Amino acid sequence: MTAPQFEIQLIAIVVAVSCALPGTFLVLRRMAMMSDAISHAILFGIVLAFFVTGDLTSPFLIVAAALTGVLTVSLVELLNRTGLVREDAAIGLTFPALFSVGVILVARYAGSVHLDTDSVLLGELAFAPFHRLEIMGYDLGPRALYMMACIMLLNVLFIAVFYKELKLATFDAGLAAVLGFSPGFLHYALMTLVSVTAVGAFDAVGSILVVALMIAPPATAYLLVDRLSQMLAASALLGAVSAVAGYWVAHALDASIAGSMASVAGLLFGAAYLAAPGRGLVAIALRRVRQRWEFAQAMLLVHLYNHEGLPEAVRENRLPNLPEHLKWDPRFAERVVSAARKRGLVEVRDSLLFLTDSGRAMAMEAMVG
Amino acid sequence: MDFLGDLFGNYTLRTVGLGAAFLGIVNGVLGSFAVLRRQSLLGDAISHAALPGIALAFLLTGSKATLVLLLGAAATGWLGTLLVMNIVKNTRIKYDTALGLVLSVFFGVGLVLLTHIQKMPVAAQAGLDTFLFGQAATLLARDVATIGALGTAVLLLVLALWKEFKLLCFDPDFARSIGFPVRPLDVVLTTLLVTSIVIGLQTVGVVLMSAMVVAPAAAARQWTDRLGAMVAISAFFGALAGVGGALVSSLTARLPAGPTIVLCLSAIVLVSLLAAPNRGIVWNWARERVNRRRLQTEAVLADLYVLAMRHEDLGHGHPVSILRTMSIGHGGVERSLEVLRERGLVRVTGGDTWSLTPRGLSEAGRLSGKREEGP
Repeated sequence: MTAPQFEIQLIAIVVAVSCALPGTFLVLRRMAMMSDAISHAILFGIVLAFFVTGDLTSPFLIVAAALTGVLTVSLVELLNRTGLVREDAAIGLTFPALFSVGVILVARYAGSVHLDTDSVLLGELAFAPFHRLEIMGYDLGPRALYMMACIMLLNVLFIAVFYKELKLATFDAGLAAVLGFSPGFLHYALMTLVSVTAVGAFDAVGSILVVALMIAPPATAYLLVDRLSQMLAASALLGAVSAVAGYWVAHALDASIAGSMASVAGLLFGAAYLAAPGRGLVAIALRRVRQRWEFAQAMLLVHLYNHEGLPEAVRENRLPNLPEHLKWDPRFAERVVSAARKRGLVEVRDSLLFLTDSGRAMAMEAMVG
Repeated sequence: MDFLGDLFGNYTLRTVGLGAAFLGIVNGVLGSFAVLRRQSLLGDAISHAALPGIALAFLLTGSKATLVLLLGAAATGWLGTLLVMNIVKNTRIKYDTALGLVLSVFFGVGLVLLTHIQKMPVAAQAGLDTFLFGQAATLLARDVATIGALGTAVLLLVLALWKEFKLLCFDPDFARSIGFPVRPLDVVLTTLLVTSIVIGLQTVGVVLMSAMVVAPAAAARQWTDRLGAMVAISAFFGALAGVGGALVSSLTARLPAGPTIVLCLSAIVLVSLLAAPNRGIVWNWARERVNRRRLQTEAVLADLYVLAMRHEDLGHGHPVSILRTMSIGHGGVERSLEVLRERGLVRVTGGDTWSLTPRGLSEAGRLSGKREEGP
């Protein structure tokens, strides 16, 4: 691994972790699509600020873009509050307009400089090591690394300081408001954080894949853990894994690094969706099968118990009668009965079915609940 | 007038205009249903999810024929929608997260494939990236024919299933209870939405296609309360913005079609939100103003009525200062008195004193009676 490769991976990890932290709250607060809106709209702010300062590396760009992000959120809320359009439509109307202005400005006036429509979508991660931070002649490393590290630190600090407020406002907004935490302040603070993070990450991975890094790792973590602190940690870890694995996939395919990071993040989600303990598709399918068997077992026991000791038991409590009475497939009925016999709940004497003591106990329990 | 001459004389522009009009109409129609069903952002997910399909179709067939690429786009677009619905159904992940996830991950996969194709040593790959931001000027007559055929099929199906879709939009539970196959209908409507989005990708681009779905419908919603009218207006807005944006973009250098069309749409939305009768912001503001004035005026009339009831003599004048005191918090007493005088309900009895006329008395009585028997 060469030095630039190492640096690219390091930047990718820092970007992914920075995105995953606020992303966790977006996912929990049902505002995931807000990251889509913000990451598109900030292009407008970046371009405007670029025209004013003429410098793509100016910190002023971050401020302007973050302001645009907050402006987008306010615009969506303003539109929403007129009652003329619903919230989803308000989001869908706001960010394409701002993004379009940004793209047109880039395409028409900034074509000659280091900002084009491709880098808007793809980011410039591969070139990040070429922009060095030098102080008094010493080469301190890639500039993007320092910027993203600052943003990551900001995110960590914000979440650490406001951890309990964020937690409360996320899981019980009503209680948070009653207790006097301003939901509006937290909301806008979080949105500012998302905007700042999106601007920083924008340079590295482009506008749309910021969304992947903000949403996919937290969504995956949401399937795996049940505590906020664990979810934050798992999201950050999953983001970092996506970053490193994504880099090497891109290396192998000679393709976009940002796209590969998003793809790997998606693959990790797919794996969790299939195999997450207790929540994945496999676990759901297994649980359904088990429930079906347990229910069938209980049905059989209750049926036998109902007719036990009565004259009709000769007719009812026989294997051939079960398909008709319980609407079972004959083969299924056989398997249920043999499973019940193995567990010692049912006995067969002269082709009649009898409950054992433990079978009777279970039948009564099933009926009482 | 050069522009109009160009429009009708120039073959390329005519092709572009026709294609843009068609996709505007189709997306306006399907967008109406999407917006009413609160699926505005589903279009965003579908269009982004279509990107890997375009790249895969090219990788598998080596062909750049519009129909092949659109089939690929439809396949992954549809798969993305299916995934969103399944994730929401099977896990505790919410709709918005599922949308964002599918949108960004599919788009990421698409970009990987696209950049991979760009590095391949074949010349034929050039041009796939126009699907990102759209390029109207490259529309060929062949493409327009494809768009036209698919679009017509979509529109005919919407017409055939009009009443079913209407019910699905407004009361799916009722539809289910009277025996309509709601799930299959849902699948058909979603498939139509996917188709209509896919035929716009070449012109508008993957990134901004969602606006083509949401904006015409959201604008049309302001002008009417009837589904039929909304769909028609939405189709008109879609065609207007599509043609306008596509033509301006083809006539101007370095002006991508997608963003231009979106800006046209945004202008239409803005005008609709402000000026639409009954719902628009300006209209609402004017109506509120008129209502406030009317209530102020009626309040002054009622105050005078109360005063008149306490005096034997109807002609007894009451000073403005008293009326002003009685109407604290309402304001505009002088203006209200002037309005009432013009209507012959009050008259001036002295320097600054007013009283009810007989007509004013009966009118005020009627108003107060109405108020008392009100709910």
